[in-house]
Amino acid sequence: MIKEYLTISEVAGPLLIVEKTTEVKYQELVEIELSSGETRRGQVLEVTKDKAVVQVFEGTTGIDVLGTKARFLGKVMEIPVSLDILGRVFDGSGRPIDKGPQIMAEEKLDINGNPINPYARDYPNDFIQTGISSIDLLNTLVRGQKLPIFSGAGLPHAKLASQIARQARVLGKEEKFAVVFSAMGITFEEANFFISDFQRTGAIERSVMFINLANNPAVERIITPRLALTCAEYLAFKKEMHVLVILTDMTNYCEALREVSAARKEVPGRRGYPGYLYTDLATLYERAGRIKGKGGSITLIPILTMPEDDKTHPIPDLTGYITEGQIILARELHLKGIYPPINVLPSLSRLKDKGIGANKTREDHANVMNQLFASYARGKEAKELAIILGEAALTEVDKKYVKFADKFEEIFVQQGEDENRTIEESLNLGWRLLTILPTDELKRIKDEFIEKYLPQESLESEDLNAVKS
Amino acid sequence: MKTGKIIKVAGPVVVAEGLKGSKMYDVVKVSEQKLIGEIIELAGELVTIQVYEETSGIGPGEPVFPTDMPLSVELGPGLITSIYDGIQRPLDIIRSTRGDYITRGAEAAALSREKKWEFQPLLKTGDRVIAGDIIGTVQESSVIQHKIMVPWGIQGEIVEIRQGKFTVTDTVATIKKEDGSLAEIKMLQKWTVRRPRPFKEKLAPVEPLITGQRVIDSFFPIAKGGTACIPGPFGSGKTVIQHQLAKWCNAEIIVFVGCGERGNEMTDVLLEFPELIDPYSGKPLMERVVLIANTSNMPVAAREASVYTGITIAEYYRDMGYNVALMADSTSRWAEAMREISGRLEEMPGEEGFPAYLGTRISSFYERAGRVRCLGNDDREATLSVIGSVSPPGGDLSEPVTQNTLRTVQVFWSLQDKLAYERHFPAIDWLTSYSLYLSQLSEFFAREVDRDFEELRYKSMEILQNEAELEEIVRLVGIDALSTHERLVLETARSIREDFLHQNAFDEVDTYTSIKKQHRLLKLIILFHNCAEKVITQGVTIEQLNSLPVKAKIVRAKFIKESEINKFDEIEKEIISQINSLTTTIPGEGENTEEND
Repeated sequence: MIKEYLTISEVAGPLLIVEKTTEVKYQELVEIELSSGETRRGQVLEVTKDKAVVQVFEGTTGIDVLGTKARFLGKVMEIPVSLDILGRVFDGSGRPIDKGPQIMAEEKLDINGNPINPYARDYPNDFIQTGISSIDLLNTLVRGQKLPIFSGAGLPHAKLASQIARQARVLGKEEKFAVVFSAMGITFEEANFFISDFQRTGAIERSVMFINLANNPAVERIITPRLALTCAEYLAFKKEMHVLVILTDMTNYCEALREVSAARKEVPGRRGYPGYLYTDLATLYERAGRIKGKGGSITLIPILTMPEDDKTHPIPDLTGYITEGQIILARELHLKGIYPPINVLPSLSRLKDKGIGANKTREDHANVMNQLFASYARGKEAKELAIILGEAALTEVDKKYVKFADKFEEIFVQQGEDENRTIEESLNLGWRLLTILPTDELKRIKDEFIEKYLPQESLESEDLNAVKS
Repeated sequence: MKTGKIIKVAGPVVVAEGLKGSKMYDVVKVSEQKLIGEIIELAGELVTIQVYEETSGIGPGEPVFPTDMPLSVELGPGLITSIYDGIQRPLDIIRSTRGDYITRGAEAAALSREKKWEFQPLLKTGDRVIAGDIIGTVQESSVIQHKIMVPWGIQGEIVEIRQGKFTVTDTVATIKKEDGSLAEIKMLQKWTVRRPRPFKEKLAPVEPLITGQRVIDSFFPIAKGGTACIPGPFGSGKTVIQHQLAKWCNAEIIVFVGCGERGNEMTDVLLEFPELIDPYSGKPLMERVVLIANTSNMPVAAREASVYTGITIAEYYRDMGYNVALMADSTSRWAEAMREISGRLEEMPGEEGFPAYLGTRISSFYERAGRVRCLGNDDREATLSVIGSVSPPGGDLSEPVTQNTLRTVQVFWSLQDKLAYERHFPAIDWLTSYSLYLSQLSEFFAREVDRDFEELRYKSMEILQNEAELEEIVRLVGIDALSTHERLVLETARSIREDFLHQNAFDEVDTYTSIKKQHRLLKLIILFHNCAEKVITQGVTIEQLNSLPVKAKIVRAKFIKESEINKFDEIEKEIISQINSLTTTIPGEGENTEEND
């Protein structure tokens, strides 16, 4: 039963007000036909007895109040899915843009999904090796985790995300896996980087891409990640694949949300973002995870650029409260020419403890991790002190820490864009670094591990280039 | 039955007409799908309803069915080991009927109607009872005896009491009330969540809630029946602390409310708690836990209700005479849910968009904690402690939720992300945290632990305060500017921080420290300090002191098992003898030892 109305009374920003409606449902899908014959899609945001507020995904440019028709389709937004979606590229509303055919639907899924019953969740504890030392060893990613990358304008988060997508493996297992990529308001160059990188490495065969570019309608960004996550749920929990979802850039998503909220004249929360930003983000992020008895999983890596690199801005702040940790990129490291510029101290993976240790990575992992963290923190502190007082004011031990911190950035954090280090390699590299420090400073490592793993030869006497290669 | 009609839908807020006679906070069922909602505003013909489920696909014209009941929870045997959502729907049963996702309109009784419990009467026919009297017991889990109480508002004479196996809806006793009418007592009671359960009188707390966490028990203790809050930016370890408290605190019943938090964290609790062994009973920890899980992606209105559901269940066990602890993680999500609903109601906002009644709601929630004399003739005492975590945006403690919480709670555990980055856990800042229970509890510590416990605490705090000042100086002019005594203060402060305050939640031994062992451990550090203070006046250097082998033993002392607590005696002796030996040795020999190390 499709109802068509010519009674649009108001157009405000991305919103349309349709009058004299009957039997319209909340969140119902709306098709808008402009006088030119062009059709756009929208969704009901609020409905009263005889009036509906509709948000138009493709923007309201060219819409007039006289000739435009609104058709209420009697269903909520759905996406057709089947295994054919793999290898395809769609626009931000889910229409193919790779010149391929329409998807023959195996089924149609509501893009809003439903919350996973906490009782049905399985705990993420499979270690994912990304081949990046500062993630694998210090901020371990596990299957089913949601771990965002907090970046800033001009930092190489795209490179890092595609490196993770390319290299991520679960040790000792050959399993079906897929990448779902959702771009929201990014530039053509950045989107092109991902597409061509995926093509170069053949990853495109097992990817699904949704692309909303910076010049595409802003409001469309609100549905793009939902389409992507619905596909991911289908692949993970119906087809038992391990899915890595990359959402970039969440900042643009939140801005679209703010735009709609402002147009609705809602009471704004911090910095003009709507009060329900937390809930809204949670309904996206929490779709990641594992389910008991299902083979697949969804691992989620949202990328967001922090305005002015400010971690307390509402977007990174609320994201950090929902996700299980964060990888923070630092401009300071980037300027030093270090790639990936991961600032390990404020970065965190909350689920690492369940994914590491004997039988998963190596028995000494937790100890080495804690020691590296503590030593690097102390080294950084000593460096700050040296800036104020001069190097001469440092004690001998502190000087060693300074050296440790420098080397840590230089050879541990820094690695090539195609360099895929195994966890063993990363751990051994960590141990080599620790030879810089006096052995009795290694308080966070059990003696038995020191005996077993600490190299006899110290790093200083080694040829550093050998380590690098 | 009269039904209303929807006239407006905006997210979780639905406006309906034609529900005349409805009362505030009555529960209604919205549309044919029977979505659960609660009336939150009445204006003439119109009622505003907050719906606890997703409202997509609902539209004007659909019916609204009143239930004429306020939002209530079911109380009775079977609560323990259960896991509920924010409005007390059992998640395990919903999974078995609805699958892995929570779909709309799912309904299930909170307490099983089929399961039979062995009811053991304590009173007999002819006994006179008042509300709150325990008429019998049920073994609810291997450690918890559930006490069946005379419901509120009933008193009279027992005319019949039965023994045997019953379901929660069977009548176990009949009471003849004053007016001659008969009241059938069932094991199941209902109570509205927004109204505190009554008690006789409130008492001042006198005993600490022992948590096994050194920084908490020794420095910033919370009383049984007290309130505490844990504010901290993300990544500072709030949730780990909440979990640690739930695992180790010596309350008999734990109610854990996961309010708007991560799904995987709740899973962690769900998978881990049944595995954990309760240090007090030797049985699985789950045997004394009730879980409420309303994760961040579950409907926002149910999140608002979840803390009330949790505290009402907690009060019910308190009324039986138990010491109950409620952990709410996180109350900020609860406040945000209030803000969201308030925004949808187009109420005039207060600070940062929060409703003007935020402060009242928060304080009346925490006020439901306390040590009380319960209803009933036996004057039993019980406590309900409430520990809420707060997630201030950007870690900024000046925001309204933190400020309103601090006005009410007595204990403040301030988490610092700086400490977390240094991997100092629990990241509770010793300089800004406080506990207002110290004086109330001092008698307990002196009696149960040791007379010098308080003194040790003050001494340690003084050293830590001192350290903060000295560090300023070091930052400006370097460590060489300090006297030997000042350097000793820095060394001792470091020892307190690293060897006492730092505690590894994931280490088998370190995760829990008894209050006795905490005392011994702190005493070692202060003993070393006091002895060292004496010898440095005689020219002994910090390097000499640091090279003493007993130093390493102090570092390892926290890993001494509870059963081997006598080992502390030995270390104490070694401290005294080794430090004293420094003054008798020829200068220079101390340095030799250092090289040999």
